Amino acid sequence: MAKMTLEELRKLRNEKQAAIQKRDIEGKDSRIVIGMGTCGIAAGAKVVLDTFLEVLDEHKLENVSVTQTGCMGLCYVEPTIEVLVPGMPDTIYGNVDAETAKKIVEQHVIGKQLVTDHLFDRPAADIIQKDGGR
Amino acid sequence: MAFRNYILVCGGTACESSRADQIYQNLIKECKDQGVADEVQVIKTGCFGFCEQGPIVKVLPEDSFYVKVSPKDAHEIIAEHIIKGREVTRLLYDKSESRKHAKVEDIQFYQKQFRIVLRNCGFIDPENIDEYIAREGYEALEKALFEMTGDDIIEELKTAGLRGRGGAGFPTWMKWNFTKQAENDVKYVVCNADEGDPGAYMDRSTLEGDPHSVLEAMTICGKAIGAQKGYIYIRAEYPLAINRLEIAMAQAREYGLLGKNILGSGFDFDIEIRLGAGAFVCGEETALLQSIEGHRGMPQPRPPFPAVKGLWGKPTVINNVETWANIPVIISKGGNWFSKIGTADSKGTKVFALTGKIRNSGLVEVPMGTTLREIVFDIGGGIANGRKFKAVQTGGPSGGVITDADLDTPIDFGSLVRIGSMMGSGGMIVMDEDDCIVDVAKFYLNFTVDESCGKCAPCRIGGRSLCNILEKITLGNGVPEDLEAMATIGKAMRVGSLCALGQTAPNPILSSMKFFGEEYRAHIEDKSCPSGTCKNLVTYSILADKCIGCTACARKCPVGAITGEKKQLHIIDQNTCIKCGVCLETCKFGAVVVQ
Repeated sequence: MAKMTLEELRKLRNEKQAAIQKRDIEGKDSRIVIGMGTCGIAAGAKVVLDTFLEVLDEHKLENVSVTQTGCMGLCYVEPTIEVLVPGMPDTIYGNVDAETAKKIVEQHVIGKQLVTDHLFDRPAADIIQKDGGR
Repeated sequence: MAFRNYILVCGGTACESSRADQIYQNLIKECKDQGVADEVQVIKTGCFGFCEQGPIVKVLPEDSFYVKVSPKDAHEIIAEHIIKGREVTRLLYDKSESRKHAKVEDIQFYQKQFRIVLRNCGFIDPENIDEYIAREGYEALEKALFEMTGDDIIEELKTAGLRGRGGAGFPTWMKWNFTKQAENDVKYVVCNADEGDPGAYMDRSTLEGDPHSVLEAMTICGKAIGAQKGYIYIRAEYPLAINRLEIAMAQAREYGLLGKNILGSGFDFDIEIRLGAGAFVCGEETALLQSIEGHRGMPQPRPPFPAVKGLWGKPTVINNVETWANIPVIISKGGNWFSKIGTADSKGTKVFALTGKIRNSGLVEVPMGTTLREIVFDIGGGIANGRKFKAVQTGGPSGGVITDADLDTPIDFGSLVRIGSMMGSGGMIVMDEDDCIVDVAKFYLNFTVDESCGKCAPCRIGGRSLCNILEKITLGNGVPEDLEAMATIGKAMRVGSLCALGQTAPNPILSSMKFFGEEYRAHIEDKSCPSGTCKNLVTYSILADKCIGCTACARKCPVGAITGEKKQLHIIDQNTCIKCGVCLETCKFGAVVVQ
């Protein structure tokens, strides 16, 4: 790169800041945990992981970190993921594919509304029925 | 595509020497082999500070803190953690409570720390200017060049209350102000990276982990005082720091952040590196300037101070690395923000290199006013091997010992002087009950005598005399008058030496005599060394009622000084014994005693 002007430096900083913020874990209050056991990977957890990263990027959601974990034990509904968002119950979704992943980000993380047809194990059934998880 | 995982590998000198570079290379290779190369970014960062547990590898966003990693672990980290999402438990910091202690934020070593100087160490890749820029890098320079006058910048430092971190704690704004006011067409900015205290490595780690912070700060200073040229004086035995500085300078020049017309502001500034040969006295500012000019590094009388007549007779600002690293943050966040951290007398934080008989040796940055007890016991984890704490030496060979009684003193420039030591550059050497205080004082005196430039008599002759007396005492030939003689010589050196090296050289003796007078007297009057360190003053013997005649000690003795038949009492021949202590370590029955 050639010598920069003030504007170019600021532009570069803005571009790079977004990239480095992904690395920073401070200030991230929400988390999406993806079960990446052998069963999860076989069922397509890898695609789901990539989709989450892409969609979060699209919506510029910088407060959400995506982490992986081992098998969550719900091997019959893999891929499974857990979503932890403040103000919402901790939720486990099963049978998640790329499309569902997009829906989870838009409906659950942004819209604060459970994606009811993919709920498994958590939250408990009575919560879902009573108030739709709010 | 965004990266889903970031693997940070410590690239400080300590971890590099434990093959961190090989770990880094292996991780990159494994990522490729296992098909995740474009999903995972492997970054080599500066020092994490937790050197005791190195090499360190940190994986984000899980924030898993892996310690004592070896190159062959790379495969498992990628295969298990990255592919399957299972942390490699055996490498986590505390395996017994794995999840609880896996996270960096949970590790006590980091809890009480507050990082300004080390803000980027262990997070960014120091060889990539973009990462520094992304972390508000060169924002302070923008502000200084386009929004502030020289006086504004100095005023901000005054509000901040920043004091020099090199040892003496002189207010930084005053130095800058004197230089600014000095009338001259040419002025210089110098960074003192000649870190020489035994056990101190704060400046090296800062340069290795975040070189741009120093370059940015020096440029800001150039603007403030009207200088166009800077020098970094660094010792040749810091090759990694020099290498990273050179890379950083090349990148900054390419971006137009160093050189002519910086960012189109019309301001020119460039920096050159000067290598020192490693003489301790060159850390003294006037000797350092002599060395840059190509002369022998010998201190010059002050005044005139460098601010008035420095490098090549021109007004010069000279600050040490840690001081520089604070400056971009002060300009960005404001002096008011900075002045809220620390104590009334000393603002901000201080980096310490914690070494010696401590469980967690490493690099620690704490707010001024933190007590020594917090540093040694909470952050440092206390004394290793269950021994008892004896003292801490701060200020290196110019400082003094601090004992148990003063552990609760909040640390700042003033308080350390009041308890008979000094801040110094930040070396902190912890001693336990096995360390002999006379021997430690002798170590420091030997160091300063070696490093004395020999120009003035008080330092050259006084230091040697003190050394001789200490030697005599540890050999068991001390007389009671020696204590008084050392005090007299010490006082003369304090008053009569030309530079701080000679003026402070007797400090380790004077302060240890004050706190451990008993131990000195034991050496002189009873001819005994309570810690068993001084070989000439101890005897190893075997207790008749405990020796079962197993012959273990006799077989291990390297000089064959132990005799005795099987199942019979063994005896040590005192004339042959070299007092190596092997018999003491070998005996399982507690029959060998040292007196």
